[in-house]
Amino acid sequence: MTTSTHLVYLIALPLLSAALLLVLGRIADKWGHLLATLVSATTFVIGALEFFAMQSRTGASRAATQKIFEWISVGAFKVDATLLLDQLSICFVLLITGVGTLIHIYSIAYMSHDHDRRRFFAYLNLFIAAMLLLVLGNSYLNLYVGWEGVGLASYLLIGFWNQKPVYATAAKKAFVANRVGDVGLSLAIMIAFAQFGTVSFDGVKAGAPHASPAALTAIGAMLLLAAAGKSAQFPLQSWLGDAMAGPTPVSALIHAATMVTAGVYLITRSNFIFDASPNARLMVVTVGAITLLFGAIIGTAKDDIKKALAASTMSQIGYMILATGLGPIGYAFAILHLLTHGFFKAGMFLGAGSVMHGMNDEVNMRRYGALAKAMPITAVTFGLGYLAILGVPPFAGFYSKDKIIETAFNSGGTKGILLGGATLLGAAITAFYMTRVIVLTFTGSKRWDDKAHPHESPILMWAPMVVLAVGSVASGFLLSSGSALVNWLQPVVNSQNVVAGEELMKPIVVSGLALGVVLLGVLLAIFKYRTVPTSAPTQVSVFTKAARKDLYQDSFNEAVLMRPGQKLTAGLVLTDYKVIDGIVRTVGWTLGAISTAMRKIQNGFVRSYSLLMLLGVLVLVFTIWLVTL
Amino acid sequence: MSILTTLELLPLIGAFIVGFLPNSNAKLIKQVSIAISLLVAAVSILMAVRFNSGTPGFQFIESRSWIPSFNINYAVGVDGIALVLILLTTILVPIVFLAGWNESEGGRWSVKTFYVLLLVLETMMIGVFAATDVFLFYVIFEAMLIPVYFLIGGYGVGERAAAAIKFLLYSLFGGLLMLAAVIGIYIISTNQGGGTFDVTELSKLTIDHPTQNWLFLGFFIAFAIKAPLWPFHTWLPSAAKSATAGTSTLLLGVLDKVGTYGMIRFCMTLFPDATKTFTPVIITLSVISILYGAFLAIGQKDINSLIAFTSISHFGFITLGIFAMTSQGLTGATFYMVNHGFSTAALFLTAGWMVHRRKSAQISDFGGLQRVTPVLAWSFFIAGMSALALPGLSSFVSEFLVLVGSFTKYPVAAIFGTLGIVLAALYVLIVVQRSLHGEVKPGNESLTDLNLREKIAIAPVIVVLVVAGFFPKPIINLINPATATVMAHAGVSDPIAKAGK
Amino acid sequence: MDISNYLYLSAILFTIGAVGVTVRRNAIVVFMCVELMLNATNLAFVTFSRIHGNLAGQVASFFTMVVAACEVVVGLAIIVTIFRSRRSASVDDASLLKR
Repeated sequence: MTTSTHLVYLIALPLLSAALLLVLGRIADKWGHLLATLVSATTFVIGALEFFAMQSRTGASRAATQKIFEWISVGAFKVDATLLLDQLSICFVLLITGVGTLIHIYSIAYMSHDHDRRRFFAYLNLFIAAMLLLVLGNSYLNLYVGWEGVGLASYLLIGFWNQKPVYATAAKKAFVANRVGDVGLSLAIMIAFAQFGTVSFDGVKAGAPHASPAALTAIGAMLLLAAAGKSAQFPLQSWLGDAMAGPTPVSALIHAATMVTAGVYLITRSNFIFDASPNARLMVVTVGAITLLFGAIIGTAKDDIKKALAASTMSQIGYMILATGLGPIGYAFAILHLLTHGFFKAGMFLGAGSVMHGMNDEVNMRRYGALAKAMPITAVTFGLGYLAILGVPPFAGFYSKDKIIETAFNSGGTKGILLGGATLLGAAITAFYMTRVIVLTFTGSKRWDDKAHPHESPILMWAPMVVLAVGSVASGFLLSSGSALVNWLQPVVNSQNVVAGEELMKPIVVSGLALGVVLLGVLLAIFKYRTVPTSAPTQVSVFTKAARKDLYQDSFNEAVLMRPGQKLTAGLVLTDYKVIDGIVRTVGWTLGAISTAMRKIQNGFVRSYSLLMLLGVLVLVFTIWLVTL
Repeated sequence: MSILTTLELLPLIGAFIVGFLPNSNAKLIKQVSIAISLLVAAVSILMAVRFNSGTPGFQFIESRSWIPSFNINYAVGVDGIALVLILLTTILVPIVFLAGWNESEGGRWSVKTFYVLLLVLETMMIGVFAATDVFLFYVIFEAMLIPVYFLIGGYGVGERAAAAIKFLLYSLFGGLLMLAAVIGIYIISTNQGGGTFDVTELSKLTIDHPTQNWLFLGFFIAFAIKAPLWPFHTWLPSAAKSATAGTSTLLLGVLDKVGTYGMIRFCMTLFPDATKTFTPVIITLSVISILYGAFLAIGQKDINSLIAFTSISHFGFITLGIFAMTSQGLTGATFYMVNHGFSTAALFLTAGWMVHRRKSAQISDFGGLQRVTPVLAWSFFIAGMSALALPGLSSFVSEFLVLVGSFTKYPVAAIFGTLGIVLAALYVLIVVQRSLHGEVKPGNESLTDLNLREKIAIAPVIVVLVVAGFFPKPIINLINPATATVMAHAGVSDPIAKAGK
Repeated sequence: MDISNYLYLSAILFTIGAVGVTVRRNAIVVFMCVELMLNATNLAFVTFSRIHGNLAGQVASFFTMVVAACEVVVGLAIIVTIFRSRRSASVDDASLLKR
C-alpha cells in the first residue's frame, strides 16, 4: 500500500469551490461557472496523474492511501478520515471527474440563460466532492458521508427550480427514498461493527470469512437495501422518474452516469461480504433481474424523452446489479458495463438536453419528429449512443452487456437459465424502447408546431456530446481488449482469481441470440411507430396503462405507506392532544374544580368561619376520643 | 476562588450591573449584557483550555461549607461531560442575546428585566452543571424554573401565561419527587456513618436494590420531565410555541440537557443496580420518543411546536445512548447534547426570524422564502439538515455513535431508532418545502433578508455545526474519560471492547 | 359540693359563647361571646388546678387573661374603626376580603 499526500485535493478542491460560490453569492455570478469548471477539470487531471502513477506501480503497492485526520474514536469504534485509491476507485474517479467536467462545460451553455447559474455550478462541484468521497473513503462510514452528500447534492439539483411545487416534491421524494436506503447502510455498518469491531473495508474483509452466515446475509441484505435506494432498484426505484425534474445536465451526470451507479460500487466494494453469502447474492440477482425488466417495461410507455431515458437507466443498472450478484467474475463486468453506460447514457441525456434546448424545453416526444435534419450532430451522437446501448458490435454495449448475459447464463442450473432469459428479454425490450425514442425524435414526420424553431446547439454543448459519443463507440473495445479491465480489477474484486466455470453457452452463441432479439425489438418498434399521433392514444392495453403509471409503484407506495402514514400522524397528533395532554389537562381541571367548590366556603362571613373552626375542633376532639378509647 | 466559581458569579454580577442601568436606555442595556456574556464565554473557553482532558474525575474543585448542620456544601467541579455542557451554555447565551435583539420589547415588563433574568439564568445554568453537591444541584435545579417562568410568561406570545404555568407545575412535580429522593439518600448516608450530599461520597454507598429502585425513580422522573421523555413531554410544545425564540433556544438547548445530564451524573452513578433494572423500560420509552416525536413533528402546523417535537425525537436518541451504557452510546449521547443545543439554536433562531418577519408561526403562511430571503432560507435549511443528522454536520457523528453504541447491546431498539432517520428526513423536508420552496405566497413578497447583526449571530452556530462534524475529536476527547469513569462506576463494559476483532 | 359541677358550668358557658359567636351579627356581642369562651376555659383551668392540687392551671389562666386583655384592646380598636368608617357594627358587613 502506497502512501499518498494529494488524494485529499480531489475532494477538498471541489468542496471549497462549492462553498466559495455559495458564500460569495451574487459577487461570483460573473465567473462562478468558470471556476467550477476549472476545478472539475483539475480534479480530472489529478485523477489521470494518479492513474498513470498507479500503472507504474505493481502488485500490492498499486493502491494508495492517505490519512487526513482522526475523525471519531470512542472505545473500540475508531474511524479515521482516510482515503483509499485502489484499482476499483480509480475507475470511478476517472468516470466522475471526466464525465463531470464534460457536463460542466455543457452546462455553461445549457444554463447560460438561468439567473442562478452560479448556484447550479456550486451544487455540481458539491456533487463532485461528495461522489469522490463516496468512492475514495476507506471505510463504510467514510463512504456513508459521501453517500448522503451525493444525496444532498441530488436533492438540491433536482429541486434547482424548486419554485415549481412539482419539482420541489420530486426532490423531496428522491431524498426520502434515498434515506430509506440509508437506513440499510446505517444498519449494515452497525452490524459490521458489532461483528468485526471495525467498519473499514480492510477490517471487514479480514473478518468476513470467520463471521456467521446469518450476520453476513444480514449485512448483505442491508447493503442491498442501500444500493436499491441510491441506484433506484426495485422496490425503491420510483424516485428516479420524478428526479428528471432537475436540469438535464444533472440527469446526465447524477441520474445516469455516476450517482445512481453508487449502489453497484457499494456491492462491488463489499465483494467479500457477498462472496461469503450465497443468500445475499441470490437477493442481489433477484432485485437486479426484476429491476432490469421493470425499467425496460416502463421505458416502452413513456412519452417524456427524459423519463424514457430514466427508465432505461434503471433497467441498465438492473443489469449491473445482477452482474454483481453473479459472484467474483461478475463484478468486473458490472463495472465494465457501468463505465460504458456512463458514456452512452450521459451522451444520450445530453442529446436529449440538446433537443430540448432547440425545442423550447418541450419534452414530449410525440411533439418531436424529423429532428435529425435540424440537429445533425445531436442526431449522430445520440445514434451512436443508441447503437451502444443496443449492444451492436463493435459499440461499447456489445462488450459489456453481452458479457453480463453470458455470465448470467453460465451461473449454473435453473437460476442461470432464468437470469439469462431475463437479461435477454431485457435486451429485446431495450431495443424496442430505444428504437421508439429514436423514431419518435429524429425520424418520421415533423410534429412540432410553428412556434418551435429546432436548431443545433452551440459548440459548448455539442463538443461534450461528441466526446461521449466517441466513448460510446470505443470504450467497450478498449476496456475489454485483452481483458484489460478484468485484469486491472482482479486484485480488488476477485482476489481468489476465480475463473468462469462451466459454459452453458459459448460467447458467440450469446452474442448471436442477443443480436437476434435486439433485431426483433428494433423491427417491432419501427413497424409500430410508422405513424405517430401527437397525443398519446387512450385506448391502450392494460400493460401500456400499467407501464405509463410506472407499474403502479407510486400508487402502491401511496396506498401502503403514504396514506397510512398520514393517518397515523394525524391520529398521533390527536392522541397527543386528547390522551396524553388530556390527562395532564384533566388533572389541572380537576384541581380547578375542587378549588372552585372549596371557594364557596370562603364566603367572607366571620360567623361561618367560626362555625367551621368549631366543627374542626369538634372533629379533632372526637378523633382524639376515638383514639384514646 | 476557583475559575469555576468566577465563571458562575460573572453573569450574576453582570445582572447587578444591568440592574443599575437606566431603564430608558434599552440599547445600552443590550450592549452591556452582550459584553458580559462575551466575557463569560471567554472565561469559559479559558477554563476549557486549562482543563486537563487526560485525567478522569472532577477538576477546578471548590468546596465551602453552606449549611453545616446537614453537611451541605457549596461544592463545585467539572468533568468532561459537565465542561462541554457549560461551554454550550456560555457560547449560546451571547448568540441568543444578539439574535433576539428585539425580543425583549413588547413584553409585560421592561427590557432591563429581560436581560437581568437571562443573566441570572446563565449563572444558574453554569451552576447546575458544576454542582457536585446533590443538595446544591437540587436547589439550582428548582430555582432555574423561576427566571424561565417569567421569561415565558412575561415576554412570550399567545397563551404565554398558561404555557408558563404548565411548564412550572410539570417541573415542580418532578422536583418534588427528586427532593424526596435527595432526602432519602441523605438519610441512607447518615445511617452508613456521616451524612453527606457529596456525589462522589454518595456513589460509594451500598444501597439495597429495592431502595435504589425507589430513589432512582425519584431522580429519573424529574429528569424525564425535564429532558423530556415520552410521555412526560406535553409541556414542551406549548412552552416552545409561546416562548420567544431566544428563551426556547436556552430552554431546549441548555435547560433540558440538565435532565439528560442528571441521568448520567446521578441516576447512573448513584444507583447502578436500579439503572440496570429500569434500562429495558427506559430504552423502550426512548424508542417511543424517537418515533413518536418524529411523527408528531410531521403533523405539526406551527413551526415552533414542530421544532419542539423534533427535539423530543432527539432527546429519545440521547436517552437511548445513555441507557445503552456503552462507551459509544454515552459519549455519543453527551456529544448529542452539545450538537442538539447548537442545531436547536439554529432552528429556533432562524424560525424566530421568519416568524418575526411574517408575523405568523403557521407553516402554511410561509412559502417561496428561498427566492425572497435567500440567506435566511439557507440558514434554516442548514439547521434542518443538522436536525436530520446529515453527515458532515456534527449531529451525524453523535447520532451515529448513539445508534452504533446501542446496537451492540440492544439491536432491536437501535433498528427502530434507525427508522427515525427516515422520519427525520420527512419532517425536515416537508417544512423546508412548505416554507422555502414553491411560489412566493402572498404576504411574503416584501420580507427582508437577514441583517448584519442576525448574520453575525447565526454564523458561529453554523460554523460549529460544520467544524464539529469534521473535527469532533477535541470535544470527544474531553468526553471520553468522563464516560469511562461513569461506566466504571456503573460497573458496565463494552460488548465490543477491542477494535478489529 | 361535687367539684365536677364547675366543669359542667365551664362547658355550658363555653357552649353559650361558641353559639353566640356563630349566630350573632353584632360585633360587640360576638366579642363578648369570645370573652365568655375564654373565661369558661379559665374556669376549667382553675378547676383542674384545684383537682390536681398544683398551680399550673392557675398560671395558665393568668396567661389567658393577659391574652384576653390584649385581644380586647386590639379587637375593640378594630371594631371602633370599622364602625367609624362604615357606620355599622355588623360582622356580616365586614366581609371585605371576599370582594
